Amino acid sequence: MRGFGFYRLHGTWTLTKRELKKWFNNPIVLLVTIVQPIVWMVLFGKAMNLGAMLSNLPPDLGQQIMRSTFGTSDYFSYMAIGMISFTIMFTSMFGGMSIVWDRRLGFLDKVLSTPVSRATVVIAKGLNAAVRSLFQAFVILGVAAMLGLSFSSTFSPLNLLPIILAICLLSMGLSTIFVAMAVRATRFETPMALVNLVNLPFMFASNVFVPFSMMPSWLQTIARVNPISYFTDAIRQLTVFEMDVSTLVLDFVFLGAFTLVIFALGAFLAVRYLSR
Amino acid sequence: MVKNVIVAEKLTRVFNGLTAVDRVSFVVRAGEIFGFLGPNGAGKTTTIKMLTTVLKPTSGRASVFGYDVVKEDSMVRQVIGVVPQEYTADEDLTGYENVMLCASLYGIPREVAKRRAAQLLDLVNLSRFKDKPVEFYSGGMRRRLELACGLINRPKVLFLDEPTLGLDVQTRTTIWEYIRKLRREYGITIFMTTHYLEEADALCDRIAIIDRGRILVIGRPGDLKKNLGGDIIVLSVDTRADVSRIIKRVKNVKEVIRQNETYRIKASLGRLTAPRIIEVLRKHGVSVTKLSLSEPTLNDVYLEFTGRSIRDAEKSPDDVHRQLVTIRRART
Ligand SMILES: Nc1ncnc2c1ncn2[C@@H]1O[C@H](COP(=O)(O)OP(=O)(O)OP(=O)(O)O)[C@@H](O)[C@H]1O
Ligand SMILES: [Mg+2]
Repeated sequence: MRGFGFYRLHGTWTLTKRELKKWFNNPIVLLVTIVQPIVWMVLFGKAMNLGAMLSNLPPDLGQQIMRSTFGTSDYFSYMAIGMISFTIMFTSMFGGMSIVWDRRLGFLDKVLSTPVSRATVVIAKGLNAAVRSLFQAFVILGVAAMLGLSFSSTFSPLNLLPIILAICLLSMGLSTIFVAMAVRATRFETPMALVNLVNLPFMFASNVFVPFSMMPSWLQTIARVNPISYFTDAIRQLTVFEMDVSTLVLDFVFLGAFTLVIFALGAFLAVRYLSR
Repeated sequence: MVKNVIVAEKLTRVFNGLTAVDRVSFVVRAGEIFGFLGPNGAGKTTTIKMLTTVLKPTSGRASVFGYDVVKEDSMVRQVIGVVPQEYTADEDLTGYENVMLCASLYGIPREVAKRRAAQLLDLVNLSRFKDKPVEFYSGGMRRRLELACGLINRPKVLFLDEPTLGLDVQTRTTIWEYIRKLRREYGITIFMTTHYLEEADALCDRIAIIDRGRILVIGRPGDLKKNLGGDIIVLSVDTRADVSRIIKRVKNVKEVIRQNETYRIKASLGRLTAPRIIEVLRKHGVSVTKLSLSEPTLNDVYLEFTGRSIRDAEKSPDDVHRQLVTIRRART
C-alpha cells in the first residue's frame, strides 16, 4: 500500500526528538510526570493499605494469607507495580492524543507537506509515548524500591529486558490507537473525555489494585480478559512475584497479540485518515 | 524546464456536503508570482492544501512541476516549499533549531543543513536572533522564520498562505521585499493567497479572484482594472429624487448605481465625462454637492465580479496576531 511508505522513516527520529525535547525542556511537565505517580503510589500503597487488615492476626498467618491472595509479602509491593500500569496507560493515551495539538497548530499539515511519510508521524508518536512510559516506569520502580518494595527471589537485573519489552508493547499500542481516534478531532476535549471514559473502568476491572480472587465473579470475568491485567501480571512476575514461567509466557502472548492488533489497527486508520 | 509549473483542472474539494473549492482551473507559469485573492472562507487554504498534497481533491486534478498531486505526491513534496497560514514554528525551540528541524524532515544531511540554515536566516535577517527561543519573536519575525523553513529544501515552487496575515503595514512591506527577492535571486515560482487587495496589487504578476470556492476571474491586476472599462465617478446631489436616468444619458457613461443621494458611475474618459454630468444635472435643476473621480482599483474589480466589497479587515491585525499566539500558548 503506497500510503504507508514504510521505506522512508527518516523523519521518525526527528519527530520523536522534537517531542522529547519539548518534554525535557519544560521542567514543570517533567516534574509532574515524575511526582504524580509517586503521589499516587504513596496514597494507594501506603495509606490504603489492604495488608493492614491482616495485622490483627498472628504475623505468620497474616503473611501466609498475604502470600496466597496477593503473591507478595506486603500490599505496597503489589500496589507499586500496579501503579506502573496506571501511569503508562495515562501517558500513552495522552501521548497519542497530543496529535490534536499538532493539528490545531498547523504543524501536522506542515509535516504532511514534506517527504516524511504518514506512517512516520504515527510511529513517532508511539515511540515518544514509549520513551516517556519507560522513564516513568523506572522512576516508579526506583522510588518504590527505596520505599521498601520487596523483590522476589526470582528477580534479577536481566528481568528488566522483558519489562522494557512489555512497556514498549503496551505504550506503542495504546498511543497508536489513540492517535487514530484523535486525528479526526479538532478540539482537545473530545479525545480527553474518551481517555477518562476508558481509563478508569480499564483500571478497576483489572488486577491493578486487587487480585482476581478478591473480586466479585462478574468483575473477575472482565478482569481476566482485560489486557491491562496481563501487562500488570507480567511485570509482577518479573519483579515481586515468585516467577512462574508458564504464566509469564501466557501474559506475553496475550499482551503481544493485543498490542499488535491495536497497533496495526491504529496505524492503519491513522495513516488512512492522514492521506485523506 | 517545465513551462506551466502548476496546472489545476476543475479541482474540487467537498467537506461533508460543503463545496470549499469548486471546479477551479488555472495555470501558474514558471517564475511567476501568482495570487489567489479572496475573503475568509473562500477556499484559498483548501486549494493550497490540495496542491501541497496534504488534502486529496474530491474531483478534478492538479499537477505541480509536472507531477500529479495524488499519484506522484512524494515527488511533489520534494520540489515544493510551504509557508502555512499559521505560525507552526516550535515556541520552545530557537529559530535556528526550528530551521534545522525542517531540514531533517526533508532528510537533508546535517552539514548541508547547517550551511543552508545560516544562509536562510541571513536572507530573512534573523541571524541576530537565531539562538533566541521563538517564544520571544514578534509576528513579523515568526513569518520570516516560517519563510526560511519553507525554503530549506531549495524548493522550485513556494506556496505562501496569507504571508502577511496579522502584520502591520510596515512589516508587510518588508515581507513583500523578501518575496520579490526570492523570485529575483532564485527564480522560484510563487503561489500565494491573500485577502489584502494592496498585497495582490503590489506583489502578484497575475491574480485569480476566488469567492465561495469558485474562481471568478484571472488576469494581471493592471489588465483587470483596465478591462473594467473606465473610471469611477462618485457624486452626491442635493435632491432625494432619482436622477440616474438623467446621468445615464450622458455620453460615455456606462453604468450608474444609486445609493440614496449618492451615485456611483462607471464611465470611460472620466476627466471629460464628469464635467458633462455636472452640466446636464444643472440643466435639470440639480446641483452636485460632492464629486470624486478615481481610476479603478482592484477593489472595483472585486466589486464588479463578486457584487460586494472585500471584507478587508474583518479582524484587525492585532486580533489575528493575538489569536495566533494564544493558540500556541495554550499548549504545554
Ligand atoms: N477540514 C475541514 N472540514 C470541514 N470544513 C472545512 C475544512 N477546512 C475548511 N473547511 C471549510 O471550507 C471553506 C473554505 O475554507 P478555507 O480555509 O479554504 O478558506 P480560506 O479562503 O483559506 O479562508 P481564510 O481567509 O479564513 O483562511 C470554509 O467554509 C471552511 O469552513
Ligand atoms: Mg486560509
